[in-house]
Amino acid sequence: MSGPVLALFEGFAENIRLFAVTLVLAIPLGLVITFGSMSKFRPLKWLTRVFIWVIRGTPLMLQLMVVLYAPGLLLGIPMSNRFMAATIAFVINYAAYFSEIYRGGIESIPKGQYEAGQVLGMTKSQVFFKVVLLQVIKRIVPPMGNELITLTKDTSLARVIGVAEILMSAERFTKQGLIWPLFSTALYFLALNGLLTILLGRAEKKLDYFRA
Amino acid sequence: MAILEVEKIRKDFGSLEVLRDVSFSLEKGETLSMIGASGSGKTTLLRCLNFLERPTAGVIRVGGEVIFDAADPATTGESEIRRRRMHFGMVFQSFNLFPQYTALQNVTLARELKEKEQPGYKEHKKEILHQIREEGEAVLDSVGLKEKVDYYPHQLSGGQQQRVAIARALMMKPDILCFDEPTSALDPELTGEVLKVIRKLAGQRTTMVIVTHEMQFAREVSDKILFLDSGLVTEYGTPEDVFERPTQERTRQFLERYFEDKR
Repeated sequence: MSGPVLALFEGFAENIRLFAVTLVLAIPLGLVITFGSMSKFRPLKWLTRVFIWVIRGTPLMLQLMVVLYAPGLLLGIPMSNRFMAATIAFVINYAAYFSEIYRGGIESIPKGQYEAGQVLGMTKSQVFFKVVLLQVIKRIVPPMGNELITLTKDTSLARVIGVAEILMSAERFTKQGLIWPLFSTALYFLALNGLLTILLGRAEKKLDYFRA
Repeated sequence: MAILEVEKIRKDFGSLEVLRDVSFSLEKGETLSMIGASGSGKTTLLRCLNFLERPTAGVIRVGGEVIFDAADPATTGESEIRRRRMHFGMVFQSFNLFPQYTALQNVTLARELKEKEQPGYKEHKKEILHQIREEGEAVLDSVGLKEKVDYYPHQLSGGQQQRVAIARALMMKPDILCFDEPTSALDPELTGEVLKVIRKLAGQRTTMVIVTHEMQFAREVSDKILFLDSGLVTEYGTPEDVFERPTQERTRQFLERYFEDKR
């Protein structure tokens, strides 16, 4: 029994690695995309919105394959690192979703908050960082929590381009006629998401001291 | 010399003319109230003073200095406006306090940010912040909120929130303090405490421009009344002039209707 368990742990480490790297990169990239999609410069705004449409409108599984194969087929520079390919696809995909959540949060802040900052002589960036941002964060914690939990499970899609994540590890045993390792992968996801739920609950509680 | 001179301000929203050649002036220490029906343009006029709206045409002078001239691009740039709008403080109808900050933090935030831009801030950071804090506490004390400095906006009543907002505006030491219907979002029993603070400020000869529907209050507290009708100034004078001897039939009707409803 220790053989399969160890293999599953090793596989799950890949899921967690992909999850963590995606978060660290997609959270700021999402904000950049938000600024693009809210830009007053029309061409940039429409370009960004088309980009979001394409990324959200096509399967993540397909995007994984495109990132792995397209550089080799189109540019003649094959993508050698599968994990890197998976990371790129995940970061772009999740940044697009995050950006829409951010946009919703930013647009929900009353105009009066910006005006109050302005008449006190604050610059636009001071108003954003000192007045608006924390209110936005408070509002987007629940929808971002949803995305985070979805992301943990989506990391398994990386197996389609050969990243040795937990489901791929488990299927090795299935082929040998051993089925319980595959079913037991659920426990790993449940444990991770249990932890995430607790952390998200704490974040919500921490922002409970004010109402916005 | 007048501290505030507004000359032929015009404001169009597309083809809609909201303000048509509005002019008035205000001496230091005076209070001017702007009255008129909803949609007459009084709030827009106040927002033009704070540059929350850009006038389509016209000139605004403070203490003799031109701070805005629609015809002169040098006065209409973003950073220029940021500096020059500081002549005016603004109290909003819906308070617009920052919910994540305490009453005191609401009052001190903008001053702290402003001080950070000054040279020598880093060397004297501690003393500067301490001084701002003390000033903030004093200003909150002056609006009767000494006990509430560490409360968050949602823990305060509407009247208390609006008094924090007044303190926040006073903290920036504006030449002219503007109020946009400061009691319109309040329950009737809470308007008194806010009007009391404004009355006290008038007593201290704070220069103020007030947009209000509280006619009785406007009459008591103001040195000048400006009556707006469809973006035009139709009455402009002392409270006695405007309330007792209006020159226009429309003003008379408006006032009659108002005081009849109050009875």
